Amino acid sequence: MAWFKRSAAGVTTATDEKREAPDGLWLKCPSCKASVLTKDLQENLSVCPKCDYHHRLGSEGYFGILFDQGIYEELDADLISLNPLNFKDTKDYGDRLRDARAKTGLRDALRSAVGNLNGFPLVVACMDFDFIGGSMGTVMGEKIARAVDKARALRCPVLVISRSGGARMMEAAFSLMQMAKTSAKLSLADREGIPYISLMTDPTTGGVTASFAMLGDLNLAEPGALIGFAGPRVIRETIKKDLPPGFQSAESVLESGFLDLIVPRHTLKETLARLLSHLRP
Amino acid sequence: MATPPIALSKAETAWLDFEKPIQELEEELSKLRQIQDKGKSDVSGPIRAMETQIQKTKKQLYSQLTGWQKVQLSRHLDRPYTLFYVEHMTTDFVELHGDRCYGDDKAIVGGFANLEGQSVMFIGHQKGINTKMRQYRNFGMANPEGYRKALRLMKLAEKFNKPIVTLVDTPGAFPGIEAEERGQAEAIAKNIREMFQLKVPVIVVIVGEGASGGAIGIGVGDRVLMLENTWYSVISPESCSSILWRSWDHKEKAAEALQLTADAMLKHGLIDEIVPEPLGGAHRDREGMAKTLRATLLRHLQELQALDPSTRIEKRIERFASMGVYGHAS
Ligand SMILES: [Zn+2]
Repeated sequence: MAWFKRSAAGVTTATDEKREAPDGLWLKCPSCKASVLTKDLQENLSVCPKCDYHHRLGSEGYFGILFDQGIYEELDADLISLNPLNFKDTKDYGDRLRDARAKTGLRDALRSAVGNLNGFPLVVACMDFDFIGGSMGTVMGEKIARAVDKARALRCPVLVISRSGGARMMEAAFSLMQMAKTSAKLSLADREGIPYISLMTDPTTGGVTASFAMLGDLNLAEPGALIGFAGPRVIRETIKKDLPPGFQSAESVLESGFLDLIVPRHTLKETLARLLSHLRP
Repeated sequence: MATPPIALSKAETAWLDFEKPIQELEEELSKLRQIQDKGKSDVSGPIRAMETQIQKTKKQLYSQLTGWQKVQLSRHLDRPYTLFYVEHMTTDFVELHGDRCYGDDKAIVGGFANLEGQSVMFIGHQKGINTKMRQYRNFGMANPEGYRKALRLMKLAEKFNKPIVTLVDTPGAFPGIEAEERGQAEAIAKNIREMFQLKVPVIVVIVGEGASGGAIGIGVGDRVLMLENTWYSVISPESCSSILWRSWDHKEKAAEALQLTADAMLKHGLIDEIVPEPLGGAHRDREGMAKTLRATLLRHLQELQALDPSTRIEKRIERFASMGVYGHAS
């Protein structure tokens, strides 16, 4: 079913992640402490070849893994955050945005795209943690809302890949309302029978978890991902006790009953294809 | 069913730091009154003058409160909470308990009550009215079962076609080990989504603190109102200060930066209306506050009940979907 045609404009091919790290550098795995060539790491989908630790991966990486031949059409790529509250802490939010854009080459902390997964159309919205900690401001909320609308229009599934510290404080209540905006659209998708899959990666916390990330028809997670509402530091300060080992790990969240499945990155595409085949009419 | 009688702490006199000018004048006034009571000299003139001055000072002071000062007022220990409002706005309140799954959360209360002849489901955060009760109510910080109880009661109201009013007053959803294990995030997320599809009218009122996910977990409605001296944002000024300034000392600055007051929220199109409070805050005239809120709720209910359910749901979704500010890269 070659539904998705490569048209002249707006279609991109996922290339290797040039901006993540140059070839030939060594990187120390934070999990097993082994030194790994960044090139080897990238070729292994940023999963440590020694210990299977899932290093952070951005939207470009996931689009490359998921979309057939790495071909996709990016959606709403022109949306950018403004500084509607003239927010300034130790740094002006406008400057923060400019610096983040320069550092990452991204416009905000989430990119969305439509393409094919094993020949079937799929909308994917994926966070980039490098952009202000994957924090959710209006742009992220708006792009997810539009991604859901796109899937509703195409009557195809939508996947959201979360990797976020939560709300973007510099957008204050605007940020908070994105929880409602995204969930509003998901309530429509829910009613219309549009499959929605949420993939939580390390870390997924705060307002992201407490809205769309936990609302999947299927809630998936990468191995070892930290998933929670409150961050571990806040909990520790509140209860004044140490947290049990493995607390808020994907594995323990699964045991608590809030995940359907933990999916290693190497089997992500294949697993999604199998799951989605069950959800098709 | 009835709430225990409220023993106001030395209460009326629990002045906040910025209210010092008024406190001093009030003390002067009571001295003058003592003199008058003794009957030796007539100071009725100075008393009247002092009363006028107090009124003038109050009007001036309370008309230019900073964000942080409003946060302080929103947390005043004598402020009315959900059960007070329900008792004073309605009759026949029956509190209903439990989430049918794990337990009965004491930080969120709910039940049917009679509001001007019709049954309405009231749900709200409940803070404690004294030291012991504050513990019991977990300071208004709900666990997942609180949000699940709220949703259960909302669905119950929907089933029997009764409107819903939620009263928000929380410093946040509780951040604890068990709360996480029982799915705090999932409970809040599901409430938000489900509230968009409720077929009955839903009115949300921020009556105190509106902190983040803990607030919006019962905060989706056809109307969102804020009492005059309340706050609503993604984080408390203290936490914001500790994260962005890496110290607890910048809470005033954080409160300003977050623009968390009712005025700012209305200006940014994130709420629908501000409900005026008695001069000095809701705790200065609790019954008066309840009366104002009651009239406001009735007006909105009437407007909402004139619409059919699908129109209400559509407008509710449109309203929240339009929130936020963004630009386009050139
Ligand atoms: Zn490793």
